[in-house]
Amino acid sequence: MAVATTSDSGTRRGGKPAATKRRKVESFNKREALAGYLFIAPWVIGFLLFTLGAMVYSLVISFSHYDLATNTATPAGLSNYQLLIDEPKVMLSLGNTLYYAVLAVPLEIIVALALALLLNRVKRGSGFFRTVFYLPKMTPSVATAAVFLLLLNGNRGAINDFLGFFGIDGPQWLVDPAWIKPSIVIMALWTVSGTMIIFLAALKNVPRDLYEVSSIDGAGPIRQFFNITLPMISSAMFFNIIVLTIAALQVFDQAYLLFHRDAVNAAPEASLFYGIYLFQQAFRSFNFGFASAMAWLLFVIIMLISLIQVKLSNRFVYYEGGDRK
Amino acid sequence: MTTTSATTDTSGTPGPRVAAVGVDAIGPGPRKRRRNYRPTNIIGQVVLWVLLLGMTGLFLYPFVWLIAASLKPRGQVFDNKLIPETFRPENYAEVWDRLPLLSWAGNSILIAVLAAGLVTISSSVVAFGFAYFRFPGRNFLFGIVLATMMLPGAVTLVPQYLIWNELGFVGTNVPLWGANLFGSAFYIFLQRQFFLGLPREIFEAARVDGVGYFGLFWRMALPLAIPSFIIVFIFEFQASWNNLQGPLIYLNFGSVEQFTVPLGISFAMTQFSPTAGGQGDYQLVMVAALLVTLPMLIIFAFAQRYFIEGLATQGRKG
Repeated sequence: MAVATTSDSGTRRGGKPAATKRRKVESFNKREALAGYLFIAPWVIGFLLFTLGAMVYSLVISFSHYDLATNTATPAGLSNYQLLIDEPKVMLSLGNTLYYAVLAVPLEIIVALALALLLNRVKRGSGFFRTVFYLPKMTPSVATAAVFLLLLNGNRGAINDFLGFFGIDGPQWLVDPAWIKPSIVIMALWTVSGTMIIFLAALKNVPRDLYEVSSIDGAGPIRQFFNITLPMISSAMFFNIIVLTIAALQVFDQAYLLFHRDAVNAAPEASLFYGIYLFQQAFRSFNFGFASAMAWLLFVIIMLISLIQVKLSNRFVYYEGGDRK
Repeated sequence: MTTTSATTDTSGTPGPRVAAVGVDAIGPGPRKRRRNYRPTNIIGQVVLWVLLLGMTGLFLYPFVWLIAASLKPRGQVFDNKLIPETFRPENYAEVWDRLPLLSWAGNSILIAVLAAGLVTISSSVVAFGFAYFRFPGRNFLFGIVLATMMLPGAVTLVPQYLIWNELGFVGTNVPLWGANLFGSAFYIFLQRQFFLGLPREIFEAARVDGVGYFGLFWRMALPLAIPSFIIVFIFEFQASWNNLQGPLIYLNFGSVEQFTVPLGISFAMTQFSPTAGGQGDYQLVMVAALLVTLPMLIIFAFAQRYFIEGLATQGRKG
């Protein structure tokens, strides 16, 4: 953020009072400022309506009972928030979601980083491999789910056939509650290439000389990985972890397509993720007040987790040049 | 956008030889070349290739399986033979009769083009505003743009639905592209970076020559910004084309003809489901799944560079 705004940073150098400050304000050409506001007006309107307005609206709704038939909200006090505690499915779905995130994020990071490391080393054909790994990212989630629904079939699916080849008796992926989350992780791993590309870009920016110098000092590949590669790509690592965590906490498409398409069909409890339950409450039962309260709880959880990650990153992330943010 | 060249130097070039010239041109020539041919390096490269080919097999298998399944007769969809025992290409004709794929595709294309076109235009206008004009509060407002990138979509799902409901647009496709009129934080960020990469002098010179503020954008910046337009357009086109949750919320209770392709296939999965309902015509779902994937694969084939650059840039914003 600070990198790009160099044009202003010259004028804001000093913390000097009145005189400089007034000159700074006056240095804005009025016509230019007006033009600037006109250019950003679409975003300002959209922000006021669909972001800020929507959030304020959401907060109000979360303290009311909303009746869709008459479009009216009647005050409900804290009852929606009380229901977050009283309704066991909230904590069940939250637990499912956190469990999924704890399983998915580290595996996604490891697989993406491993692929990126391989691609970074290979001299011929890296373009080809990168394309292959990227294809799943282009595939709509419905297509992915339609295919994996059969690949993950416990009796006749290809994944268990493959495991059987090694003498492993594969589980009933989509039926056994214990294997439902790993099933969705498998699908997430198939589409891990976005994360991989970001690692790859970071790896390409690690200066070669660091490796040469350290190998003269007698460092082996493992020490080089932990002492050079990891610290040098730590900002990409941090970015990927945050993005993947936020995505995992909102997991929806795959769980919906595999287990919750059918409103009648009783889906296994283990597949009830927070995003699914929120969706059901909002757009199947039309409990907008309760759904809004759920959304705010999710918001607070995501912000807390991001905050913890940012705090941790201050200790571990190395920024080139020190002041880059 | 300036540093992305590092990621592309091997992708665009057809042969490895060309890439090697590139490396030699920058690097300390002869020494590097010799190292390429050291035997340990060759063995290392072979091991890498074997590993990568193995991964390639795993990543491509679902596609191959999908193509095979789409060609199988009803009873054989479940077997895992990669070459069907009996080929049934008629599936490809039948699917159009059994599912209203044409109207789904029409809806999806209309929505994706509107969504992508609108967000490209609006985001670039806003981005140019942030990049080139000095006005009080600019940095503060841009900070808010960045902050909204972190906002989880689930939080605004319900209120946005209620807003569209108040406006009377639930049940139409307007909510699926309407908000794109106002730009989108990530694309504003992306295009602002691009505009800042253009030399400021050319805009100042144009001002001196009497070009108005809008002319700066329309006549000077736009023609130069085509590459960033392509990135934004295809990113949003993909997002819209693959979107399931939006249509599920806004279109799900209308007639089946109003569905988009993802929503339609999700509906067909339930109809033909092998797990819930027994032996449906699941091979038709496979054909439809292949057909919904194909446009994105074709776009990717032509615009691969843009996807990967766009993502790599996204990574650098942190």
